[in-house]
Amino acid sequence: MSAQTETALGLTESRSTGGRILKAVVHLLVLIIFAGPLLALLVSAFGHVKDPTQLSIVPSGLTLDNFRIAFDQGVLAYLLNSFLVVGFGLLLQVAVSVLAGYALARKKFPGMTLVLVAILATLMLPEEILALPLSLILSDLPVVHFNLIGTLAGMIVPLGAWGFSILVMTEFMKDVPRELEEAARIDGAGDLRIFAQIILPMCKPALGVIGVFGFTMIWDQYLLPLLVSTDSSSYTLPLALRTLRIDPAVTPGVVMAASLLALLPSVIVFLFFQRSFVSGLSSGALKG
Amino acid sequence: MSLDQAEPVAAPAAAPGPRAPGRGRAAATARQGRSRRSGRWWTPWLFLAPALILFLYFKFIPMANALTMSFQEVQPYLGNKWVGTENYSTVLQSHGFREAAWHTVVLAAGQTAGSMALGLVLALLMEGQGRRLRFVRSAAFLPVVVPIAVVAELWRIMYHPTGDGMLNSLLGLVGLGPSGFINDPDTSMASIMLTGIWRGAPYDMMIILAGLTSVDRGLYEAAKVDGASRWQRVWYVTVPGLRSVFSILFILAAIRGLRVFTEVFLLTNGGPDGSTEVVMTLIYKLGLEQSRLGVGAAGAVLLFVATLILTVVVQLLRRRESK
Repeated sequence: MSAQTETALGLTESRSTGGRILKAVVHLLVLIIFAGPLLALLVSAFGHVKDPTQLSIVPSGLTLDNFRIAFDQGVLAYLLNSFLVVGFGLLLQVAVSVLAGYALARKKFPGMTLVLVAILATLMLPEEILALPLSLILSDLPVVHFNLIGTLAGMIVPLGAWGFSILVMTEFMKDVPRELEEAARIDGAGDLRIFAQIILPMCKPALGVIGVFGFTMIWDQYLLPLLVSTDSSSYTLPLALRTLRIDPAVTPGVVMAASLLALLPSVIVFLFFQRSFVSGLSSGALKG
Repeated sequence: MSLDQAEPVAAPAAAPGPRAPGRGRAAATARQGRSRRSGRWWTPWLFLAPALILFLYFKFIPMANALTMSFQEVQPYLGNKWVGTENYSTVLQSHGFREAAWHTVVLAAGQTAGSMALGLVLALLMEGQGRRLRFVRSAAFLPVVVPIAVVAELWRIMYHPTGDGMLNSLLGLVGLGPSGFINDPDTSMASIMLTGIWRGAPYDMMIILAGLTSVDRGLYEAAKVDGASRWQRVWYVTVPGLRSVFSILFILAAIRGLRVFTEVFLLTNGGPDGSTEVVMTLIYKLGLEQSRLGVGAAGAVLLFVATLILTVVVQLLRRRESK
């Protein structure tokens, strides 16, 4: 074994049959514990409706009945709300982050440290703690006096600025070589052109990272939609799960069918962008 | 000596060569150049404006409001009345809040310790290369990306209290009686903790795996040559190498634990018998169901102070350790 592949437990070295079996058992156990419940969710979403309490790994025949009932309960409209929130929310968040990142990475100006500290402070301000005053503000925005309660905009706009994606963008934009920018300036390009035609195209990997993280973060929102929505017409799918469950006519299979629709987008995004997800996760956590 | 020091400073100014006959002129051109380069003073602020406005509206003003509200009796339509620290004493003396604070600490501590311990074990077991390992790691990570509301509904059904509930039928296989899980005040807290660990451990595993890549492989070789056992290797090489990773994970997980809301709200909403009431579910009830906004705000400020103290203490400990 070379030093490169040496691991703490040295499990990769075990070539013996016993070692192999042990490894296989460990992997199977991990799969059962962490993926098992999700498999049960999948199976019960496509399973028959008759069994009201039990989740099972063994399918009792395939049927789409659960989805049909879920659609009758308006799940499609909730899913549409969720897509609108994540679509516009992500668009806003990415736009805000790249603009702020450009200023913080490529400019030197008085007050920059203060701005950075303020952004770091927002990362330490848990949204849960701000829930009550936030709900008051959303009902009457200072100065402009908009009421965002009961609207999808109320779930979108507060997510527009996220300290994490701004910091990721800033770090990445710092690494774009100065020479490129200088050359463009000599050619007479202004800030907006340099930003849009030189810096931004070089930041595609970082856009991937903040896109994936922003998507997961917005899709996972629960408290904000709970504060904002007044009736079921503005529910996102995660919120609707609870209403579905409380309805006595709805079986667990139907809740699981709706849950499957609610988890599929984030799982798909994760599986497709695993590389940027994992790299962003470790850099974000280990730097912060 | 003085020449050695002056040289690096003088070098950049001299670099343009013919354009810099005197020191004063060189500085002036440089300054002019910079102001031309960076445009007008307000350009960066224009780029920052969207972010700053959103932060102001949805982070800083709410924070300031929470602080003022915590000293007021909030009365819609009647105007707020300044009551000093009354809300704080109400909160601190209320039995419900103290219970909830205790539950929050227990839940945060249990989830943090459980997720980190399990995350470390998982990371150690699944370190390395190979296609199957990568597959198992991705599958194990899935709970982290599943929306929290879905996790709660899924576990709610798994925790079904009768013998034919999913987890109860598993318990039945090993001869244990059906547990009430979230429906029984004795087991409700542990059940929520278990769900939290299930979702938190894979996250910790991923971060620890990333940390493991920076542990010096040569040290393992050296330890092996010295005849260290597997456990000695982990204890004396891996764990010390991961110290900074652990402290970051600890802060993140503990803060996440203190502000826990959604899982509890969806799984038990504080019940049964208030056995799982945490600070955030209590604040939610005070503020949005009973409209006691001032008292709720005081609770929120106390929670914020607790997270802040925790962060600062851990940072200080880290700094002292690294010296």
